[in-house]
Amino acid sequence: MTTMQIAALVAVMAIVTFLTRALPFLLFGRGGEPPKVVLYLGRFLPPAVIAMLIVYCYRNVSFAAVGDWAPAFIAGAAVVALHLWKKNNMLSIVGGTILYMVLVQAVF
Amino acid sequence: MNRKSLAAAFPHTVPVLMGYLSIGIVFGWMLSAAGFHTVWSGIMSLTMYAGSGQYLGVELLANASPLADAAFLTLILNFRHLVYGLSMLEKFQGMGWRKLYMIFSLTDETYALLAGVRAPEGVDEKDFYFSIAVLDHLYWIAGSVIGAVAGALITINTEGIDFAMTALFLVIAVEQWQSNDRHAPVFLGAVGTLACLLFLGPEGGRFLIPALVILVAGLLLMRPSLEKPATLPKGGESE
Repeated sequence: MTTMQIAALVAVMAIVTFLTRALPFLLFGRGGEPPKVVLYLGRFLPPAVIAMLIVYCYRNVSFAAVGDWAPAFIAGAAVVALHLWKKNNMLSIVGGTILYMVLVQAVF
Repeated sequence: MNRKSLAAAFPHTVPVLMGYLSIGIVFGWMLSAAGFHTVWSGIMSLTMYAGSGQYLGVELLANASPLADAAFLTLILNFRHLVYGLSMLEKFQGMGWRKLYMIFSLTDETYALLAGVRAPEGVDEKDFYFSIAVLDHLYWIAGSVIGAVAGALITINTEGIDFAMTALFLVIAVEQWQSNDRHAPVFLGAVGTLACLLFLGPEGGRFLIPALVILVAGLLLMRPSLEKPATLPKGGESE
């Protein structure tokens, strides 16, 4: 990638991120009540979207051989278990990632 | 912002300091491992300032994704910000030019702090909020630059470090699961997306577009049952 291409991608992501944060202030900043359907989606869409993005993360996993899928699912289960147990973001993310790296590099 | 408000804000931000340094270091390290210069880590953390958004950004950059794909994925990932803004409308009123920065810097963690803290006696509350936002942003930039430098200097085999994005989303999912008593949206999200993935294949993540349509349509259909028993504590029956 050229520097310009990287800069363009970063700029797009930065602008979209800012817009999603600014949108409620632009739409409802003048005192209007947000429509109930917006509040409803605002409450229930995020968990659905995170589930969707987890599927996205696993989209390239192949089931042809054990070594193709086992690391991602073992490490994923470890992240969930660690987080249920200790509720520590850093421990869950770093621990799960190191386990995954060991699994793909040394075990499978 | 002055020393007094910074000093008052700092103790409240210590948990974020720990979290942002570690999550930021992993981000910077991933970006270095993907072959990008340290400078990009700092630029992304300065201008985007979004944890999960930047983890996803590493993947988008590593795949040299089209701009439209990047815009779409960033948009759906950040949809939850819509709710944060709604509850901060009053808090940010009267902050002048700083309001723009407060909106820009409204991450999950800063939101959680702002929603829960109160300025101590004798400290202007707008200065106090602004100090919290600036400190959190600095922690994030520091963490990601440290991680990027470490990733560039320490040459270990980093194969698999990109799993950190999956881990981050799993952590968010666990936390959402525990703070919500209705889990149907999670199953809708997983099953609806899986169906689109099976039909359309993984190429370019395009399956996410029909998946999102299914999720929104499914949630609208489920609205009567999801809103019924455990709705808002007051005013829910007024219609």
